[in-house]
Amino acid sequence: MTQWFGGKASRKAARKSADALPDGLWTKCPKCNEILFNKELEKNLRVCNKCGYHYRLGALERINMTVDDGTFIEMDSDLLPSDPLEFPEYASKVNRDTAKTGLSDAIVTGTADIGGIKVVIGVADFAFMGGSMGGVVGEKVVRAMEAAIDAKLPVVMFTASGGARMQEGLLSLMQMPKTCAAAARLNKAGLPYIVVFTDPTMAGVLASYASVGDFIFSEPGALVGFAGQRVGQQAQVVRQPENFQRAEFQLEHGMIDRIVPRREVRSILTKVLQFCGFDKEENDAA
Amino acid sequence: MPPNTWSVLDFEKPIAELDDQIAEIKRITAVSGEDRTEDIAALETDRDRLLAEIFANLTPWDKTLLARHPKRPYTLDYARLIFDDYTEIHGDRLFADDHAMVGGIASMDGRMVMFVGQQKGRDLKDRQYRNFGSAKPEGYRKAMRLMTLAAKFGRPVICFVDTPAADCSVGAEERGISEAIARSMMHMSTLETPIIAVVLGEGGSGGAIGIGVGDRVLMMEHSIYSVIPPEGCAAILWRDPTKGKEAAEALQITSDAALKLGIIDEVIPEPLGGAHRNVDLAARNLKSAITKHLNELEKLSISKLLDQRYRKFRCMGAYRSRQAVEVSA
Repeated sequence: MTQWFGGKASRKAARKSADALPDGLWTKCPKCNEILFNKELEKNLRVCNKCGYHYRLGALERINMTVDDGTFIEMDSDLLPSDPLEFPEYASKVNRDTAKTGLSDAIVTGTADIGGIKVVIGVADFAFMGGSMGGVVGEKVVRAMEAAIDAKLPVVMFTASGGARMQEGLLSLMQMPKTCAAAARLNKAGLPYIVVFTDPTMAGVLASYASVGDFIFSEPGALVGFAGQRVGQQAQVVRQPENFQRAEFQLEHGMIDRIVPRREVRSILTKVLQFCGFDKEENDAA
Repeated sequence: MPPNTWSVLDFEKPIAELDDQIAEIKRITAVSGEDRTEDIAALETDRDRLLAEIFANLTPWDKTLLARHPKRPYTLDYARLIFDDYTEIHGDRLFADDHAMVGGIASMDGRMVMFVGQQKGRDLKDRQYRNFGSAKPEGYRKAMRLMTLAAKFGRPVICFVDTPAADCSVGAEERGISEAIARSMMHMSTLETPIIAVVLGEGGSGGAIGIGVGDRVLMMEHSIYSVIPPEGCAAILWRDPTKGKEAAEALQITSDAALKLGIIDEVIPEPLGGAHRNVDLAARNLKSAITKHLNELEKLSISKLLDQRYRKFRCMGAYRSRQAVEVSA
């Protein structure tokens, strides 16, 4: 259920642009090759101002971009991955990605305000082992939902994942029912559950907590699908539509409520939260 | 070429040779009238010793091959043997009837149950008809529909899992295979009736767990249950799908491993040499396990049942906490 995407070229491009950003002055859009000044790119929320290509974001970067300044309080930051199967090279990959991202696993959860409305928020990070869902991600998603039920808060999840983390074997597969069961409880509590797909949202994550939101949005161009290219190719050779497994394809087939460009995400979330009966005043009173 | 050569695994070949010898002697003596019962008994003893020896040392890859054995009993083979009556119910009322996902109302020793399971095909034509046991969105939606009926009328649900994976065709993607699996798990997590899920052969990742959220989850001894097929894992990790053997080791996909990891509640023993060598006995073991667990589950109130089901999956997963690490350091 776990796939890594995008082929060598785009992976290289993503790595290159990530490398180029900290000290470089400019970066080249991997989609349209436009030369983009880093300062301009940052100001444009890391969206190419020529073609609209949405760069992948780190979890903390996205949180800063999405929530009201200074309102994010992280939860469960003490959870760390373990290696229950002693799977080949798993521990070293975890160490590598911890060093690379500064994160302890592939999702950051907490509480924050969006447009003055308090929510429980979870943001996945593809840079940490392809955003794959193992024990830590599953546990954090469930704890976030349970915390929301206790505090009667809405849940907003930004997904980015290759799927289940195969290095944790069956234990990672079980994060699928575990998160869906928590989502069922959230639903029963009458609380809103809003999901925003970001590039990519695949396999075991798409086939679990990502797909059971009350509202499901997606960033444009995000890869969203069940079987990754490498697994798909192995399973069968079929003619695929050009935009196969893109957000636009999923919208066309009724799987996504709306495609939302990055700069509109905050306002859409605020609007939906208000529709669900949450607003600034109410939270201030509480 | 003898007709069954293609369906004999490499490690089964010495057994198959003895089986052939025994069959040959029986055939000859049937014609000649000669008494060679002692010879036959000796050969059978040899064969059973060999079986025990081989099956005591199976690797996870051997088990993978056994779980996919072309002679392995499939969902409907077991259904025929454990139910005194079975009436198939078709369709998801939305799009189609999925032949890879079967189900219907059944009776087991007079107890009415709703039965759902993935079905593989035996010969080429049948395999295509069953889409190799890979269910599409309509299969999971049919399963959900049947389970809803079961809850409505207070009947327990029995799910038989036997799938390499859910269907990953363009059509399945268009109709929301991910949503169907996710919704099915969410639905099962709150279904107000007992659910027993049994992995019969291949428990293939999302395709399996899509009907695998049970109050009890059982595995046949030589079945496998995995987050990804070993070949797929090898293709991703080592870019080499032929390294399935190594991946099968690393993924811990056998029934013993799943029991140790706390994923399943019980391993159902198979006859020596695997379920295909004595389907009746395998079915009897399966039936008595299901009956035992159903009897236990039916004593629980619905709220207790749902609480236990939530906690069962809630507890699954491995992680450490930083505090604990510091304490142990």
